[in-house]
Amino acid sequence: MSERQVEIEVLRYNPETGQEPHFQRYSVKCREEWVVLDALNHIKETIDPTLSYRWSCHMAVCGSCGMMVNGEPKLACKSFLRDYPGLIRVEPLRHFPVERDLVTVIDDFVAKLARVKPYLIPKGAPEAATGEYQQTPAQLKRYKQFTLCINCMLCYAACPEYGLIPKYIGPAAITLGHRWNEDSRDGGRAQRQEELAATEGVWECSFVGACSDVCPEHVDPAAAIQQVKIKSTIDWYTEHLMPWLNK
Amino acid sequence: MPHCGLSFTIGSMETVKADVAIIGAGGAGLRAAIALAQADPKLRIALISKVYPMRSHTCAAEGGAAGVIKPDDSLDHHFNDTVGGGDWLCDQDAVDYLVQEAPKELIQLEHWGCPWSREPNGSVAVRPFGGMKKQRTWFAADKSGFHILHTLFQTSLQFPTIQRFDEYYATELLLDEGRCAGLTAIEMRSGQMRRFDARAVIICGGGAGRIFPFTTNGAIKTGDGMALAYRAGVPLKDMEFVQYHPTGLPSTGTLLTEACRGEGGVLVNKHGRRFLQDYGMGPETPLGRPVLKTMELGPRDRVSQAFWQEQKKGNMISTQWGDAMLLDMRHLGEAKINERLPLVRDMSISYMGVDPVTDPVPVRPVVHYMMGGIHTDKRAATPLPGLFAAGECACVSINGANRLGSNSLTELLVFGRRAALSAAEYLQSGARAASESALAAGASAAQGRVRELMQRTGGKETVAGLRKEMMHTMEQNAGIYRTNEGLVEACAKLADLRQRYRAIELHDKTNVYNTDLLQALELGSMLDCAEAVAQSALARKESRGAHQRLDFVERDDRSFLRHSLAYFDSVSSPRIEYLDVVITKSQPGVRDYSGGHE
Amino acid sequence: MAEQVGRRPHVRPITSEWIFRHPRYLKYMVREFSCLFIGAWTLMLVCALGRLSEGPEAWARFLEGLKSPLIVAFHVVALAFAVYHSYTWFQLTPKALPLQVGEKFLPDGVISGAHFAAWAVLSAAILYFSGVL
Repeated sequence: MSERQVEIEVLRYNPETGQEPHFQRYSVKCREEWVVLDALNHIKETIDPTLSYRWSCHMAVCGSCGMMVNGEPKLACKSFLRDYPGLIRVEPLRHFPVERDLVTVIDDFVAKLARVKPYLIPKGAPEAATGEYQQTPAQLKRYKQFTLCINCMLCYAACPEYGLIPKYIGPAAITLGHRWNEDSRDGGRAQRQEELAATEGVWECSFVGACSDVCPEHVDPAAAIQQVKIKSTIDWYTEHLMPWLNK
Repeated sequence: MPHCGLSFTIGSMETVKADVAIIGAGGAGLRAAIALAQADPKLRIALISKVYPMRSHTCAAEGGAAGVIKPDDSLDHHFNDTVGGGDWLCDQDAVDYLVQEAPKELIQLEHWGCPWSREPNGSVAVRPFGGMKKQRTWFAADKSGFHILHTLFQTSLQFPTIQRFDEYYATELLLDEGRCAGLTAIEMRSGQMRRFDARAVIICGGGAGRIFPFTTNGAIKTGDGMALAYRAGVPLKDMEFVQYHPTGLPSTGTLLTEACRGEGGVLVNKHGRRFLQDYGMGPETPLGRPVLKTMELGPRDRVSQAFWQEQKKGNMISTQWGDAMLLDMRHLGEAKINERLPLVRDMSISYMGVDPVTDPVPVRPVVHYMMGGIHTDKRAATPLPGLFAAGECACVSINGANRLGSNSLTELLVFGRRAALSAAEYLQSGARAASESALAAGASAAQGRVRELMQRTGGKETVAGLRKEMMHTMEQNAGIYRTNEGLVEACAKLADLRQRYRAIELHDKTNVYNTDLLQALELGSMLDCAEAVAQSALARKESRGAHQRLDFVERDDRSFLRHSLAYFDSVSSPRIEYLDVVITKSQPGVRDYSGGHE
Repeated sequence: MAEQVGRRPHVRPITSEWIFRHPRYLKYMVREFSCLFIGAWTLMLVCALGRLSEGPEAWARFLEGLKSPLIVAFHVVALAFAVYHSYTWFQLTPKALPLQVGEKFLPDGVISGAHFAAWAVLSAAILYFSGVL
């Protein structure tokens, strides 16, 4: 069991102290297999209990612990110290206002998730409560990947469009809308169009692709967004040039 | 459209007026909220959680949810598996209700879009699970809890009458004339306390696994919901029954689902022997072809206990994090592992540096679930009028002395809904609103208590220090096997820690998102829950299910076919009383997990 | 709503330093920057059509003008950018056009490969019919 002395710099901010955000450096003895989250917990327990951050599951499924580690959006519970041989700089997730230390204000994100109507809108009358909707493994596979989003917001931190244009609805929200559109049991694509096909929807995306790069669950939001662009375009053309099809 | 009203008078606490307040927004809380919104669109629902709903620990459940749908299965089978698995401590009328409602709830979830894994013909697939005679565990790859949680959260977004209060930490229940009338909660971001007036309150706050040092549970599982009810006079039932999940990662404690074994994975000791056959779960079944309810598909308590025994014999492998056994899944093949156990593979590689496709994974039992909790009846009602509870924080009891895997996710749905219906009925029966003076006084007192903690100076104790001592004594003395000496020591230690808790001084005395305060409050909840666990364990002089004593090794139905009830005392230790178990169809028998019983 | 005592969320300003924060952003900007050269070349094409419509002398003068070193350099750079843009564009096509066959999706290489193949065929056809090949 080997240990390593790790230098960690954390951005601190407490609105009640009157100080502007500033870096605080800690020197911590860490076990070699630790992740950044373990180091933060160790700091909080043994050096500085005033450090505030979100975390819970420690297995990359709850999405709480997103933060910037050496400039890249990462989950603290999946950032292995062995990948950072030098100084480790930890900051709150970019593109969100900072509430306190590493805690960001995510109201905008939560509101955007709700706007895409992320729930099953049945095709016809809801199935009588006797059986499940049939869905083949192939139909499930079609949208399965897009169900894996843990709402960690790393994609929003990586997306320069969201940084420059905060009204942009963003990768995770679009992906969630697309997830429901592609679910064979759902019939609500037309209802989601208003949000998804808006200027602040998919058309703000210029396919930087950073979102998919940083996604810890390999959801590939960039793919979802481009797929929505194509479908929205086809929808627009059929609606305006072949209106008889929409009956 | 009904909306929770906000009122504010200069100098007094901001108050939210609702009809029903739900504390906890995981699987049970969300299911309850949806059920209420559907039952009565005029109800104002306040859904209060100390974390955003998608962070709830439901997301970490992996294996699946049990419900009878296949033609070779029956409600009786599910009933018998559950009651036997619980070592006959389950209330059988409640189990009846569970198994009956289970398929309906799981189909409802499917109708809401849950991406259940499928058979080739398009119907829902089921997988084998521990302690179950038939395959009935619905699953969504190995992220079933995650998909259930997200399906419920997303579905809840279509009901405008569900008003969410995300990152509010509930501190106390408010009572008036022996009825539950609301609660106080701290808005984390501002540090301001708010009062919630609600004639019905449903607690869905989850379990308290964090009282132990090695657990699959996330940071938030600190028993706050249990403590809220407990301190309000509601007993905690069967707290001594703490489930160890056999296959946690030794490095982080996080969970490798039982489905690893359901799909055919096997457990071996350092000699390569599948040792479970030496503990009444044999004979050894063919590799990759598990037989339900035997060997690696035995119930969790038996498998964890077998580990402990093997460890005593020196047959476990030694890792830098302690002893472990090996979970071998190589024979499943890469394709099957990627399709059915992708999260397991990812976690093994990331956190243990081991790829289950090529190597066996070291695992060990870790604390996973609490069978015990807030005493409720089968309608999810507590003895306190107006207070209901559902999910892991509650004890109905359907899990008895040992829970079968995949019954818990089902329990969230069935009893989340049941609690909602009971709350709605209670409101309709004419529950009186509480008096303003009682609510204001209660809220003011609650605020005073938090203020005292925040402003305290000269304290010698720290949150981290006391927490560590608590976890140490629980691990040493209230683990898989218990003794009288150990439990007496644990009880004394915990009583001492509860005293020393009053001498904690916070390092952070500011208001905005103060996690030092949050962790101190959570520690308070944990100490109360831990003491209930230790005292209940000390009083139960028998071995049953997950509660095993080296000094009382047999099950004693004459004296202990009863639930323990721990009643809170603010100064001294809880007093323990007993309540008979409801037995209907299944008389206590022998739990036989050997393969020879068909 | 009551005052949020003590809260003062801090908004971090956005500057153009984001472009240099990671190679992926720089590569993206290069890709986007290519549009300037492609746009300029398109204008030149419009001019060419204009000159062509004015008769053989105007067209011959135009072709002479294309031989200047500056214009040749421009064409080399524009061609490089156009090729880079097309290459990155076709690499991304599998994201936008997933093709599911049974339970599996066609490998990315098949979809982008088809685009590259079509590009090659069309390019060869143009070069042939224009007399270059």
